[in-house]
Amino acid sequence: MKTFVSESWLNTHVTQLPRQKNQTWARPLSLAGHVGFDSLPDQLVNKSICQGFCFNILCIGETGIGKSTLMDTLFNTNFENFESSHFEPQVKLRAQTYDLQESNVRLRLTVVNTVGFGDQMNKQESYQPVVDYIDRQFESYLQEELKIKRSLHNYHDSRVHACLYFISPSGHSLKSLDLVTMKKLDSKVNIIPVIAKADTISKSELHKFKIKIMSELVSNGVQIYQFPLDDETVAKVNTTMNGHLPFAVVGSTEEVSVGNKMVKARQYPWGVVQVENENHCDFVKLREMLICVNMEDLREQTHTRHYELYRRCKLEEMGFKDTGPECKPVSLQQTYEAKRQEFLVELQKREDEMRQMFVQRVKEKESELKEAERDLQGRFEQLKRLHADEKAALEEKKRLLDDDQSSFSKRRAAAQLLQAQSLTANGKKDKDRKK
Amino acid sequence: HTITLPKPEISGPGLQMSLIRGTDLFGYIGIEAVLDQMRSKTMKAGFEFNIMVVGQSGLGKSTLVNTLFKSKVSRKSCTPNYEEKISKTVKLQTVSHVIEENGVKMKLTVIDTPGFGDQINNDNCWEPIVKYVNEQYEKYLREELHINRKRVIPDSRVHCCIYFLPATGHRLRPIDVEFMKRLGKIVSIVPVIAKADTLTIEERQEFKERIRQDLVDNGIHVYPQKEYDEDPEERILNNSIRESIPFAVVGTDKEHQVNGNKVLGRKTNWGIIEVENVAHCEFANLRDLLIRSHLQDLKDVTHNIHYETYRVRRLNESNMNFSEPGPLTMSVF
Repeated sequence: MKTFVSESWLNTHVTQLPRQKNQTWARPLSLAGHVGFDSLPDQLVNKSICQGFCFNILCIGETGIGKSTLMDTLFNTNFENFESSHFEPQVKLRAQTYDLQESNVRLRLTVVNTVGFGDQMNKQESYQPVVDYIDRQFESYLQEELKIKRSLHNYHDSRVHACLYFISPSGHSLKSLDLVTMKKLDSKVNIIPVIAKADTISKSELHKFKIKIMSELVSNGVQIYQFPLDDETVAKVNTTMNGHLPFAVVGSTEEVSVGNKMVKARQYPWGVVQVENENHCDFVKLREMLICVNMEDLREQTHTRHYELYRRCKLEEMGFKDTGPECKPVSLQQTYEAKRQEFLVELQKREDEMRQMFVQRVKEKESELKEAERDLQGRFEQLKRLHADEKAALEEKKRLLDDDQSSFSKRRAAAQLLQAQSLTANGKKDKDRKK
Repeated sequence: HTITLPKPEISGPGLQMSLIRGTDLFGYIGIEAVLDQMRSKTMKAGFEFNIMVVGQSGLGKSTLVNTLFKSKVSRKSCTPNYEEKISKTVKLQTVSHVIEENGVKMKLTVIDTPGFGDQINNDNCWEPIVKYVNEQYEKYLREELHINRKRVIPDSRVHCCIYFLPATGHRLRPIDVEFMKRLGKIVSIVPVIAKADTLTIEERQEFKERIRQDLVDNGIHVYPQKEYDEDPEERILNNSIRESIPFAVVGTDKEHQVNGNKVLGRKTNWGIIEVENVAHCEFANLRDLLIRSHLQDLKDVTHNIHYETYRVRRLNESNMNFSEPGPLTMSVF
């Protein structure tokens, strides 16, 4: 027997959580002792450690702006990079995957660099290879997701989690190429703009430059990645960091001795620029934000925002909808079935059409051939008649000739006879005379 | 005492030339005073110098020109409502000043090329510049061919073109190669590495070597050209210049205190970059080249070589069309 608890009873006797929309309401319970499920986050973490983490960074910037050096400095290793020429006819992307390990955490890091970006005379198509690469990674993930027999937990996620866009330190404003490229990418990837080679800009110029860049980005509607503010543990530090965007960085893998320590720095005749000194550049801030604090959030944003957008657009393109014609929710399965039927019907129709066309063609050909045959026959008859006529004519001629011949021979015989007669008559006369 | 004249050399039909050395003269004649006369005449007349700056926006062209002439000569500093907009096409803009130092007056014209290399599609971005340079030669040529000529022909020809290379540290880019190939034939190009405070000394040396190699590989002739060295002394001097181009420069107009002296420099959190210190950057070398030692040579090269090439080409062109009298011949006859 079911017992129902009335709403009014609940409202007076049980303190409720504010009812959230679309959530099935569950009443809160208090525990009498320690159960032990507070170890769930630890279990999750341990599982993740066993699995290892995956992080993919895309670096976009002109040749020679310091992308490889910054990556080397960020991850404290030496990725084997070779210098690229300035004369690439088209923008290409080069992806390299590395397995790094720090204490017991394994990271599979993929660094994708643009090659030849900004070098061509005509840069109108420069952003396209980058957009294509990002879409390709989303596409392969989508394919894996839609497979019947799939292995998502083993899948090597190659989607781009963070995009570092390197801005040249002109000190004035963004280039038009920068604005166009970032606009095309802001709905596909988390963009983190950085000012490269920041040791060429003095402090006051840098402040003005940063303000100019941010205002240009806002006025052009480019959405860059904002560090998340919803988690209280990191909200404070993230808010301050958001105010320092874009980070002005300097990269170096060489060590210089300053005081009694060896630090990563660049040595100039007029001083030493220390990479990890916060007064000199924002490198430490970038490392904090990118790796220490927000790496997981970047991955999550990529999956829940950018990838979902891509997936939605792609599936809508293919004709799938979440609601059927009467606005009733339609599952993917049903839509797929409907599509399949449609496709098969279409196929059948096409097949029938083709068959019909084929039959018609055969008929046409047949009648054509028959026509030709009749034609030929007619001509043959005609020729035969002609032949017969000519033959008759020739026969006639032959007969006439024969007649002529026979009459001629008759006349000759007659003439001969006459001659012979006259001879004998003359001979007789001579004979008589002689006697 | 007697003067022994050396054997006279016959240097032409009926012409006898003899060489009399200064120590053989009887007394002081005063020939060397002609140098003073020349000096005072030129001081009265004043000099003209036209310099063109070419490079992408943000490379520090205006700052460098201001630093070179120690005054606000760039267009940015003169126009009251200067806006840092990226123009859609390359438009050349000129600004002229008269500056004076120790009685010597110079009319300095700075030709700026905003929009060069800033577009997304930079095909043929050098064409407006080539057109401008040729137009100045044409103007001069017309004046020269007049029957009634002015005493002093106003000279608006480009004497020097400073090309700013961004300090990437690698090599020349396609746009650099294309521009310098085309313009190296009609004007004296001086390439400089802009904002060189982003390169360490080793990086700077490697970069320069690679650029010099690229220039040779592409057949680009920059100032000072080897073919125009007139004597061995000049060759030695120019060779040392050729070994160190392109100059790595840093520009600024701010002064700071260093060791009790006021120097021009850029102040950063890690040190002060002294612009005129040759250990820091090569600005001083560039300034000496352009202004203190080779200014007149630049003008001479422009007049004797580039302008003459243009003139020969132009006159041949109009001579070839006998049937249609070109505008040139019309004005002459």
